[in-house]
Amino acid sequence: MKLTVWTYEGPPHVGAMRVATGMTGLHYVLHAPQGDTYADLLFTMIERRDHRPPVTYTSFQARDLGSDTANLFKTSLQDAYARFQPEALIVGASCTAELIQDDPGGMAETMDIPVPVIPLELPSYQRKENFGADETFFQIIRRLAKPMDRTTQISCNLIGPTALGFRHRDDITEMTSLLSDMGISVNVVAPMTAAPSDIARMGAAHFNVLMYPETADSAARWMERELNQPYTKVVPIGVGATRDFVKEVAEITGVKPYLDDSRLRLPWYSKSVDSTYLTGKRVFLFGDGTHVAAAARIARDEMGFEVVGLGCYNREMARPIRALAKNYGVEALITDDYLEVERVIEALQPEMILGTQMERHIGKRLGIPCAVISAPVHVQDFPARYSPQMGIEGANVIFDTWVHPLVMGLEEHLLHMFRDDFEFHDAAGPSHHGGHAPKPDVEGGPAPQAALSPRDISSQKKQGANVIWLDDAERELKKIPFFVRGKARRNTESFATERGVSEISIDTLYEAKAHYAR
Amino acid sequence: MTEVPRLPTSGGCRSEPILKQRGQREVFCGLTGIIWLHRKMQDAFFLVIGSRTCAHLLQSAAGVMIFAEPRFGTAILEETDLAGLADAQTELDKVVDQLLARRTDIKQLFLVGSCPSEVIKLDLSRAAERMTEKYAPSVRVLNFSGSGIETTFTQGEDACLASMVPVLPETSERQLLLVGALPDVVEEQAVSLLTQMGIGPIKVLPASRADTALKLGENTVFALTQPFLGDTHAALERRGAHHLPAPFPFGEEGTTAWLRAIADEFDIDAETFERVTAAPRARARKAIAQASEVLRGKSIFFFPDSQLEIPLARFLTRECGMEAIEVGAPFIHKGIVGPDLDMLAQGPTLSEGQDVDLQLDRCRSARPDLTVCGLGLANPLEADGLATKWAIELVFTPVHFYEQAGDLAGLFSRPVRRANLLRLEAAE
Repeated sequence: MKLTVWTYEGPPHVGAMRVATGMTGLHYVLHAPQGDTYADLLFTMIERRDHRPPVTYTSFQARDLGSDTANLFKTSLQDAYARFQPEALIVGASCTAELIQDDPGGMAETMDIPVPVIPLELPSYQRKENFGADETFFQIIRRLAKPMDRTTQISCNLIGPTALGFRHRDDITEMTSLLSDMGISVNVVAPMTAAPSDIARMGAAHFNVLMYPETADSAARWMERELNQPYTKVVPIGVGATRDFVKEVAEITGVKPYLDDSRLRLPWYSKSVDSTYLTGKRVFLFGDGTHVAAAARIARDEMGFEVVGLGCYNREMARPIRALAKNYGVEALITDDYLEVERVIEALQPEMILGTQMERHIGKRLGIPCAVISAPVHVQDFPARYSPQMGIEGANVIFDTWVHPLVMGLEEHLLHMFRDDFEFHDAAGPSHHGGHAPKPDVEGGPAPQAALSPRDISSQKKQGANVIWLDDAERELKKIPFFVRGKARRNTESFATERGVSEISIDTLYEAKAHYAR
Repeated sequence: MTEVPRLPTSGGCRSEPILKQRGQREVFCGLTGIIWLHRKMQDAFFLVIGSRTCAHLLQSAAGVMIFAEPRFGTAILEETDLAGLADAQTELDKVVDQLLARRTDIKQLFLVGSCPSEVIKLDLSRAAERMTEKYAPSVRVLNFSGSGIETTFTQGEDACLASMVPVLPETSERQLLLVGALPDVVEEQAVSLLTQMGIGPIKVLPASRADTALKLGENTVFALTQPFLGDTHAALERRGAHHLPAPFPFGEEGTTAWLRAIADEFDIDAETFERVTAAPRARARKAIAQASEVLRGKSIFFFPDSQLEIPLARFLTRECGMEAIEVGAPFIHKGIVGPDLDMLAQGPTLSEGQDVDLQLDRCRSARPDLTVCGLGLANPLEADGLATKWAIELVFTPVHFYEQAGDLAGLFSRPVRRANLLRLEAAE
């Protein structure tokens, strides 16, 4: 039994729903009690989908237990087929139905449904949403995809995008155009946009582009083995990764590498003088393994940040993320415990967080700016405008997204010059944020007012481990602009601790500043 | 003088046939109630013993994440817990120890059953007894079920309140108990109106803190503020308390009838009643008249959700001039919504339970001007050109009593006004 307050991933059947909802012509019959239909609103509200997810829930009740939950499943399957006339069905159980062991797959087999019915075994008490999506997509491919003649023109399948994916919609467009520039056409995009009949013709592609290992790794491996289709290992998020991806595709296909970078702005924006202030900004990264790995490279090599910590919530990616962390000289945080992530961020005091919507809330509470790089998604992650993460435009979008929460270079300079001005003093914060002070997060939506944490984080911040700030030093510290104050405090405290100094005076403060000067 | 509400001449809906269908239900389970209950009871923690699905539901139903350390959480059952039950009880003890050590501000702990915990028959009442002994007197531990196999949406609050009734101390004092978790501002308005009439003492269930001296006995009379409190109603009657049946306090008419039922019980004279209620009634009427302008003559279709559907249909048809096509409710408890049914004119289809596909067929063919439904159905219906009102807002927003009557009408009129406002096509 594990106490959980917030979760990064839903149960595995939600992963299956992401696959089914992304596809067309597929229907999911889910053996589940009433209440599990809450998952529909993830798609209709967060992603603003204009159709119900193609899912039929059996809605069994307590009084059905031990009598005829099995029949209920059969009736639901029969009715769902009759009403929706899908090209194929997937069937499975949610966590509760797994316990009553009705075996939806076995029952479906006895029923003479005239289209493929694909059974799913998703262990709800061991695995989570990403596993559910990956496994579901794999089972669909395994059942429906067949070896066949290749297309005459070099083509690929884009695999991995699902409903409720982080910017999957726009990544598809960006990748399609990037590949088309190289003379490579897209055979099938799956699961998102594909019907079962499209899955059946995936074998015609020359190779697969594995966009998101979280949701399509098993399918990519199976197709490599059974359909003899190599797949790409580089996820093209960021300038360097996009160039590497182009190279990798060229090697797989034998076509000439080509990248139209006429609209690429990240490298120049990063070199331009206004970006000088980004130098060495201490960032902490957290999210799904794929997006964190990509973001780490961008942060260090393309933005000039210092990565002070990184981690992921999906245990499936623990090994590559640990290796990556080693490469960056930090320790990987592999956890799905939100409170642990919060503790680590509090201890590291980064100047910026690149995380999920959950870390965005941590950042709000701690007064640390945050940009979102990964699922779990929020209605904000489905902007009306074109906003990919992959390819050239993705790199541009990432530059803007990451810089936006920070104070601009020139603005930072002005803030410093005018910090005693009555309306420009540092407690007012930069104008475009509405202040940096930690504040209750009550924005948006119809939910009741936020429950504030009972913990007072400011009192913890005031005192270092074993050192005391003398009053004049504390006052001096306040003169330092707020956006570097956390770093100054932390540096001074560790400087003092290292030297066995128990009281921090103004001198200690400036000695520390000299010590850490870069 | 206040007039008695006129009943429909054609007869009310109390004895009308009810359409019952069985199929997929598109509703929340009772765990959802934790979202507002934990806000109301400020020293309570709600620990769901369930699966990752339960945790995900709570997170998703909250809509916007609070993302602080909330006063609810899920003890997620794992493979090892499912192997042996004795093990699960020990594991639960460990989780609760951990939780109470970290959260010393917690005075009431609710162990909340879920679908998986019910299916494996994890005995939470035994656990609650054991823990109550262990942590007495600083923490009281109770249990109830919010599982989807037993409860629908607002029934979770019912189960929670019903679990509190048996442990309330006995009193022979004559008192009025208001039952239902309402936003503070609304609760205070109700108490203030009744106090001005000279009614008292007035107690509220649930109280905002565990140490409030709430007692119960044969001289307690109680009024429900929410129509979904059937089990709580039964538990209170078992303790000898006496129910005051009334229409629910939505809109001017409902609020007046509800107050009058209480005033009559406490022998308040007509003059006093009039003096206290005249001004807020007039305000309510005015506010409703303004907000309901666009609703007059419009049709409405209710999907089952919170059990508020019947009282709201009564309000919208009688005070806002709407025409109800179908009023669907997850359950229809005539002992509780009977007075509202009496006032609802015959005509609409009354339905209980749900087969969502069949109900969607009916809704699409009726093409109502406004459809009240859950969040899973709202955008798909909007995409079909049907204006919708999210039902969940009705339990999260202050809508009871006089001062909120205009807001309540406004919740329904906004989507209709919006549909009229938008000009998204090319000009002709």
